[in-house]
Amino acid sequence: MNSIIFRVGSSVILPFALLLSLFLLWRGHNEPGGGFIGGLVAAAGYASYALPRGHTALRKVLPISPMLLLALGLSAALASGLAGLIGNAAYLTHAWIAIGGVAVGTTLLFDIGVYLTVLGAILTFLSLFLEQ
Amino acid sequence: MTLSSLIFLSFLSTPIAYLVARYWSPTIVALVPALLFLGFAYHIPVVTQLDVVVQHVHWIPSLGISLSFRLDGLSLIFALLITGIGTAIFLYASAYLPSNWRTPRFFASLTVFMASMLGAVISDDLFGLLVFWELTSLSSFMLIGYDPSQAKSRRSAQQGLLITVAGGLAMLAGMVLLGNLAGTYRISEILTTHAGDMPTGPAGTAILILIALGAFSKSAQFPLHSWLANAMVAPTPVSAYLHSATMVKLGVYLMARLSPVLSDIELWTPLLMSVGSITMLSGAFLALRETDLKRILAYTTIVSLGTLITLIGVDHPAAATAMVVFLVVHALYKACLFMIAGIIDHSTGTRDSSVLGGLARAMPITATIACIASLSMAGLPPLFGFIGKELIYEAALSAQVSYITFAVLIVANACMVVVAGVIALRCFFGRSSDVSGRAALRLHDPSIRMWIGPLVLAVLGLAFGLMPQWIQGLLAASATSVQGDTVALHLSLWHGISPMLVLSVVTLIIGFLIYLFWGRIQHRLKSFAFIDEKGPDVLYDRALDALAKLSNWQTGLIQTGSLRHYMAMSVGIVATTTLITMIVNDALVLPTLHTNGMGIDFVLPLLLIASTIMVLRSRGFVQGIISVGAVGFGVAVVFLLGGAPDLAFTQFSVEALSVVILLAVIGHMPFRAIDPRPTRQRGRDALIGLMFGLMFIAVMFTVVALPFNESLSDFFRESSYPLAHGRNLVNVILVDFRALDTLGEITVLALAALAAVAVFFSSNKQHDPNSGHARALSRKEP
Repeated sequence: MNSIIFRVGSSVILPFALLLSLFLLWRGHNEPGGGFIGGLVAAAGYASYALPRGHTALRKVLPISPMLLLALGLSAALASGLAGLIGNAAYLTHAWIAIGGVAVGTTLLFDIGVYLTVLGAILTFLSLFLEQ
Repeated sequence: MTLSSLIFLSFLSTPIAYLVARYWSPTIVALVPALLFLGFAYHIPVVTQLDVVVQHVHWIPSLGISLSFRLDGLSLIFALLITGIGTAIFLYASAYLPSNWRTPRFFASLTVFMASMLGAVISDDLFGLLVFWELTSLSSFMLIGYDPSQAKSRRSAQQGLLITVAGGLAMLAGMVLLGNLAGTYRISEILTTHAGDMPTGPAGTAILILIALGAFSKSAQFPLHSWLANAMVAPTPVSAYLHSATMVKLGVYLMARLSPVLSDIELWTPLLMSVGSITMLSGAFLALRETDLKRILAYTTIVSLGTLITLIGVDHPAAATAMVVFLVVHALYKACLFMIAGIIDHSTGTRDSSVLGGLARAMPITATIACIASLSMAGLPPLFGFIGKELIYEAALSAQVSYITFAVLIVANACMVVVAGVIALRCFFGRSSDVSGRAALRLHDPSIRMWIGPLVLAVLGLAFGLMPQWIQGLLAASATSVQGDTVALHLSLWHGISPMLVLSVVTLIIGFLIYLFWGRIQHRLKSFAFIDEKGPDVLYDRALDALAKLSNWQTGLIQTGSLRHYMAMSVGIVATTTLITMIVNDALVLPTLHTNGMGIDFVLPLLLIASTIMVLRSRGFVQGIISVGAVGFGVAVVFLLGGAPDLAFTQFSVEALSVVILLAVIGHMPFRAIDPRPTRQRGRDALIGLMFGLMFIAVMFTVVALPFNESLSDFFRESSYPLAHGRNLVNVILVDFRALDTLGEITVLALAALAAVAVFFSSNKQHDPNSGHARALSRKEP
């Protein structure tokens, strides 16, 4: 897997994959996309970058550890449900506010949670594999 | 303060208890039960007016399950015992236990235990009660297994958990039956609207037996009692709390709570009275042949529990009164005596009653407390225990129970006299103890934290005996809850020469005689070796062994360890069963061929078929994987054209990821490029694959042929934007309409990743999980 084409190609892929994943995450509520797909795309970007380069390279491009990503993701999803409880509704009843005509809700936080959990889980598997 | 916030606060105090015990002082943790006691005591005036405090919090409204709390006489008296005795126990434990790493955990478990007990007794929902009930089993597991390094302690903890949880499962079944029959899971509704219309046939019997199994396992009724005595390996504060005053009474509580409705079932009285009587007798027998103070006390607890269950079985208002009075009597003296046994153990280093003696000189305070509590246990005036015992006899007389029950009650009470004598007279005033030398020199009363709780409990036993009107109102309210009708109650210490008094005197004489000849009697009782060889405790071990053998056998049969075997089994079974079901039910629908043009609809299937053939023909792994990827991409295109872009996106990403990762894996693995399967196996695999493919085709044809039900998609299409502000239906469903499902799914994903890490490190034993690789995973390398 250490072919020069893959090596060079994947370094170009990573930033685009990340940008694409964020784009998918952001527009997910109204257009095709969402946290799950976004997380997968980001993970694919990291995977193609890290596979020819190894574990150390992956750690260098990752700002935080995969396990922490998992924890952050789950916490974000869990926390997004609290708004409903505060508003005296069922847990995970989402709250919305309009900022400059764009409706922003706690669904985005939930989606971010899904995104981070998916990414974290795949990266955990990946880094375990790369360490072997 | 509302009931739910009391429960919530008691659970919330668990981490606080941990931190306080860890960084400050365990003594301060005793404030938790003390404050809760005040919180419950605040409700006494309301409850004694036969009023109830009720609160509902919706929990799972779609299943009719709510967190309902209800405080009436019965639950209040339990709540006061749990928190009041809890305060004494927490204080005692802070002095009793050596301070080490286990201490904070211990206090946290003790707090969880207390909170679960409280939740169980004030729950007004069958399922709420069950959840708290099981939490008491779990927390007592932690407490009994306080010292996990001891095999004995681990076994006892496991035994307690297995027996009580198995009983709890039976109880769950009984509760579901009861709730379905009554049409509600609210206990108070079942009791008020359904008392009197319990089915008397097999359904009622099944409900009673199932619920009784749970109650009997928790309250250590014969033959499920062995865990209670074994749980004495736990530290004494735990024994005192769980196994004398609170947890074991939970079964008694449940039977008392449900007695207004379950007592209509004809099995009720015979079941409770026979099980209770057998329990009383076996407890008395076991207590008299025991020398270890804690185990003696544990067996007399079994006697008392048998008495309580018997009294619940007697359908008479006097029995309800006797039950609640004896409940309080027993809780007061038993918790106290357990702590005394702990103090003796602490200062002499032994709990063996055959070597202890003459401790009163060195430990006057302890001796005084022990005497007061023992007098109550023996049922002597002017202690509360006397009133309790008189009431038991009065109940037996007025309900006209059989002579056998009378005899059993007298034996049980005589046993209490003996044990009281052993603890108070023998240990403290008997001939000087064999505890000699240095141990004898440092004999002294313990610190105030250890004796203040027992003292208060013992003095309460005396005060309630002299001034029963202090607690009369509360007891009347409890008896009313048990009986289902208002019970009038006038307690007094002395009510003239009565048949009850005569019975009391007879009991005392019998008890005293047994005490005098205890040494010899005990010798005889100990010779019954079959109890140790064939008793329920041994049967428990046998049953566990048999279970292990059974699971070993079936594991060997099913879990062969071969991935190929698993795949063949699951795929083959799914395919055959589905196909057979479809053919038998005549559900197979063949499609009518119609083509609309020759566009991509036609090209795509060809592409898919071509790549499938490529997969089958490929010789190398790389080629195979890329071909599988091509099939996946083709399917994604189908999704895309079918109007499911999200699904297509996901499929694209997953395919890309798996192709890339699989290729990378294969680069590292010593895979053989040549298929090693023999021809016969290849044929079998092909057959299974073909079956699965056929099954899928059949299912797809049938699905496509069926008329499509639009109601769900219409609902989502219409309400997506107005309700959830989103136009992407898939995402709206994922993050809004069914967000809890998604939360569950990502939790599974996260757990899978964590499990992979665990497996990785356990299969790489040479890596210390605290260094190297583990650090690399959890922290960024410099």
